[in-house]
Amino acid sequence: MLQLFLLLASALFAIGLYGALSQQSIVMIMMGLELMLNGVTVAAGGFWHYLAPASVAGQVIVVVVVVAMAVEMAMGFAVTTAIFRARDVDMADMAADLKR
Amino acid sequence: MTSVVFWVLAPLAVVSGFMVFRFNSMARATFALLISFLASGGLLIWLGLAYLGTVVILMMVMEMVIMAVFMVAYMMNPAGLMPMSMVHNRRGSLAISVAAFALLAAGIFVTPWPHRAGAPPRDATFALGEALMGPQMLTMITLGFTLFATMVGAVVLATHRGRYDRFGDDLKRRPPADPARGGVGQ
Repeated sequence: MLQLFLLLASALFAIGLYGALSQQSIVMIMMGLELMLNGVTVAAGGFWHYLAPASVAGQVIVVVVVVAMAVEMAMGFAVTTAIFRARDVDMADMAADLKR
Repeated sequence: MTSVVFWVLAPLAVVSGFMVFRFNSMARATFALLISFLASGGLLIWLGLAYLGTVVILMMVMEMVIMAVFMVAYMMNPAGLMPMSMVHNRRGSLAISVAAFALLAAGIFVTPWPHRAGAPPRDATFALGEALMGPQMLTMITLGFTLFATMVGAVVLATHRGRYDRFGDDLKRRPPADPARGGVGQ
């Protein structure tokens, strides 16, 4: 059963990775990142339940990932707001200054 | 019963997660992502992590509603009424993500996982709270400072009146273009 949970987590991570790499809209990229972190949450829950339920470490990892999700969302929206206000841009391809 | 719960929620999480990047409508994409998170939260509850599963569900409901508001505010085509492609390098992204999945899946089946050690505590939520207020206090403090820094950083980034608005791109404009007079030195 652990393998099934990890497979589910891998699928969520891979789908999120596809979204984060392929999307142009900053909000959609954030959705991809959220999906990747969702996979990590599921994997941590599976590890806790099927490998070390007596240890609290698995639960702490889930807490850390949930906080990472909140941070990613807040900073993502703040960056989106800043760049939209400065240039009317909501696509990652239009904000590629650092590429040059 | 256990496998029924898994086989209902797991495909739901994956399919709805996949549909996020298939829908034309951004609003639908947001709610597809929400369904994926609800299914994942349900699985966490089923694993015995009632508190964390509930936190994930409540947090994601709020987050997706906020996301829908931001989409309507910023995106040029939030309802998907004018189908348009907003992707780049689709084949490359697909290849990378399929390769990542294959690598992870191979690792999952090749790794000799240890046997389950110990039994879950009677109250997992109590054990988590006790750990966060005890041996994991440093983790909790770090998370607290991170969230505080995030709040400050997000407000600084999102605020309308920043140093570049006032002093120009080269920060040389004098006097600064303040929307209203006042403040230090004025």
